[in-house]
This record gives sequence, structure tokens and C-alpha cells, in this order.
Amino acid sequence: MERIPILRMGTFLLVTIQIEMDDRIALRLQEDLTSLIEKTGARGVLLDLSALEIVDSFIGRMIGTISAMSRILNAKTVVVGLQPAVAITLVELGIALAGVKTALNVERGMAILQAEDEEDSDLKE
Amino acid sequence: MAAPLRTAAILKKYRADLLKEWTRTLVDGVRNDRRITEEELSAQANEFLTLMDAAAASAGIHEVDGDQWSRVKDFLSGISRSRAIQGFSSDQTAAFIFSFKKPLFDRLRKELSKDPQALADELWAATELIDKLGLHTVKFFQQAREEVITRQQEELLELSTPVVKMWDGILALPMIGTLDSARTQVVMETLLQRIVETGSEMTVIDITGVPTVDTLTAQHLMKTVAAIRMMGADCIISGIRPQIAQTIVHLGVDLEGITTRATLADALALALKRTGFIVSRINENKR
Amino acid sequence: MSESMPIVTSQDVVLARQTVRKLAQETGFGIVDQTKLVTAISELARNAISYGGGGELQWERVSDNGKKGLRLTVADRGPGIADLELAMKDGWTSGSGLGMGLPGAKRLVNDFHITTEVGEGTTVVVTKWK
Repeated sequence: MERIPILRMGTFLLVTIQIEMDDRIALRLQEDLTSLIEKTGARGVLLDLSALEIVDSFIGRMIGTISAMSRILNAKTVVVGLQPAVAITLVELGIALAGVKTALNVERGMAILQAEDEEDSDLKE
Repeated sequence: MAAPLRTAAILKKYRADLLKEWTRTLVDGVRNDRRITEEELSAQANEFLTLMDAAAASAGIHEVDGDQWSRVKDFLSGISRSRAIQGFSSDQTAAFIFSFKKPLFDRLRKELSKDPQALADELWAATELIDKLGLHTVKFFQQAREEVITRQQEELLELSTPVVKMWDGILALPMIGTLDSARTQVVMETLLQRIVETGSEMTVIDITGVPTVDTLTAQHLMKTVAAIRMMGADCIISGIRPQIAQTIVHLGVDLEGITTRATLADALALALKRTGFIVSRINENKR
Repeated sequence: MSESMPIVTSQDVVLARQTVRKLAQETGFGIVDQTKLVTAISELARNAISYGGGGELQWERVSDNGKKGLRLTVADRGPGIADLELAMKDGWTSGSGLGMGLPGAKRLVNDFHITTEVGEGTTVVVTKWK
């Protein structure tokens, strides 16, 4: 079975989805991700969907699940790279991706995560 | 039935004459018009006669809906289309077929002069046939013309709604004219594409030049904003005239969460601020 | 003239999306309309597997007064939908993922027709015009 690769980028994890997802792969990704967040103490997860030409409610649910799980483990999730046609379709579908931040690309996504990280550490002081 | 075959037989018998006389009328009709030559007209007339001949001989001239006549109709559609694209008018195009009546009727009268009833029947059948074919020609002309107009509209659309870069990371979309559903969708797609290409996090959509907005258009605008945010960017809508503001409220469209500014200038100022820029005047007193 | 393919495994969903994508391209749909149609079929196909025990996708090129279009049918012989009205009510599609995404799929196409019978199955016919 194929596995989605997860890259470490500093205190963040980068997940690039380039293959068709099904239940098993999605479940495996969630397991791998949560275990890696715990192991590395990652503060954020970047979900790169720039290669996806179709995002349906299944993927929408998966994003929501990943975001919720990560939050419990004290990591924030940012979805990056949504294609225009996909964004338009998601709006029409009525899928809100609630509670998930989005960014145009990985670079911007990291900037968001870094800014939030700083904010959090400021609050702690 | 002997009578219906009359026209068909006449088409065969007088083929050369009919072609010559008809072509002469056609050529006279477009004298000095450079868009079409005598040779082309003659070739078109010839092909039409060949097709008519075959159709009339096998299917008679009373019904033009069958397969045999469809080849004639397809040929006429082709003529209509090319005339429309060349810019001829509908009556000039219809003249192609209607001018065939005289040469044909002259021959009918000659052949059936001894039999007034048969002549009357045949003239009626022939005029009906040519009228049907003529209407078909006009109908296809209209369609082709509409296609030309649509294509021109699309080109105009692209020219009139450019997405421009106002600053690093800030795009502007000045919209001018009435927004219809189709147009708004095309514009939306172009804008989103440009946002991705340029990595611009801010867009200012200016609707100063839009006179009215209806429910559908307002909804499309809202969806555009939602899609922009879905992708991780944001936008400001500027130039909302009082009338449009009223319309939007009356229509019950929810503008909540969407930043608006009265003018493009105000929107630009805000966009710069939001993307982390400060604009300050160079001190002119310093020498 | 209509053609079909089974929708039983998740691999079939992938195949269905590729098939519909290709059909939509051939019919001349722009990228956004293609995406909408493929996404709608993805929703319906997943439903057929998750709730319907597997089904079939049929496709047909249609035309109306010179307008070209695609008609797609996803049918299953599953338990059917007990409360169709509820299933078609908006508010069932959210990030947390309740419901079958039917109202959403309806918005992605021009014509949407659903018939369902408890114990018999569900058939959804969608049409998108160019």
C-alpha cells in the first residue's frame, strides 16, 4: 500500500499529497502524522494539496480530522496550494474547511505557522 | 404519380441553362463585391443543382425532411455560415436560393404550358420547396451570426476585465459594465488563476464601473470572495455605489465578513497596510 | 448511446473520476466545469460504495437544440434512502462530514434527479450542459 511521505521542516511537518486517497491511505496518513507530531514535538502541519485536481467531501473530512488530531497534540494545520477550480468547487459544494487556515503556497504557510508560534510563545511569557 | 417528377425531370433536362441563368442573376446581385467571386458563385450554384437534382429524383420535391434532402440542407447551412462569417446580410444570403425561382419557373411554364392544372400544381410545389430551403438558409445564417457575435463578446470580455498588479502581492480587478452570470464566472476563474501565478495575497475588486447588480451577480461575487479566501488570500471590494449598496441590502445578500471601501484609493491604502507596507511622503523640506 | 462501468472498490472511484474527466474534456467543458462534474461523480460514487453496497456508473452524451452535454447515472441496489427529504436538505454537508453530500453535488450540475426506494436502491442522474 502506498504511504504519503511526511517531511520535517524545522519545527513543522510537510505533507504533500500527490496520489489518489482512499480510506486505508487516509487512515495510515493520520496514524503516521500523529505519531510523528508526538515524536518530534512539531508545532505545525502543512498540508500541500497543490497536486490535487479534485477535492471532494471525503478529502474534506480527512483534512478536518487531521486538523482536529493535530490540535489535540498542540500543532496547527495549514492547507496550502488549493487550485482555483478546486476552490470554486469547494465553495459550491458548501464545504467550509472550518478551523483550518489556508495559504497560497508552502512558503506562506510556513510564515503563518511561524507567526502563530511566536504569538503563542509571547503569550506564555 | 407523374406530376411530382416534373420538376425533377426539368432540373435534369435544363441543367446547363438553369445554371447559366441563375449564376448570371447571382453575379449581378453581388457585382463589385470583393467578398465573393464569380467563380465561387458559379461553383456553389453548380453544386447546389447537383444535390437538388439527386434529391428531387429520389425523394420528390414535396417533403424535405428526409435523408436525401439533408445533404442539400447541409450544403445550404455551409453557404449560410460562410456568408455570415464574411459579413453578408441575411437577405443577401437568402437571395442565393430565392433567385433560383425565376429560372426554374420559366422552364416549368415552358414545359407545362399545355396543362394549366399541372403547371399550377407544379409551381406551387416548387415554390413551397424553395421557400422551405430559403427559410432553412436564413435560420442557419442567424445561428452563424450569433456565434460570431458571441465570439466577439468573449474577446471584448477578455479585454475589458484585465487583472492588474497594483503592488507586490496586491492585484486589482476593475470591473466595468454590467456583470452577467457567464462573464462573472470567466472573470472569477481568471482572477483566481492570477492569484496563484503571482502569489498575491490581496485583491481589490473595484465595481465603480458597474451600474447595477442583481441577486445572481451578487451571489457570484460572494462566491468569488469565498473562493479567494479558501485558497488562502483575501480581497477588498471597492466602489460600491449607494444604489448597489441598497440593492444588496434589499436582496438580503449577506456581506458580513467582507471588507469594503468606497473608493479604489481607500482600498489600495488598506491593502498595503494589510500586506505590511507603510507609505510615507519623502520629506520635501530636506535640501 | 450509453456506456457503463462498475463502482465497487475505491479503485473504481479513481477510474470513474478519470473516465468522467476525459469525457468532460472531450465534450469541451472548461476546467472549472470539468472539476465540478468529476467532483459530483466522486461524491455519488463514494455514496454508492459506502451506503449502497456498490453500484454502477453510466454515461451518455446528450444534446438539446445544438447544446452539448453529459448525462451521468450512478445507481446502486442498496438499502435506499429512508428520508430523502432530509438527505437533500442543506446543512448536512459540513467539514465534520455528516451526510451524503447530495445537496452539494446537486449544486455542481445543471440537472439533478434522484430516485430511491427502501430495500431497492438509489439512482442519481445528473446532467451538465456546456
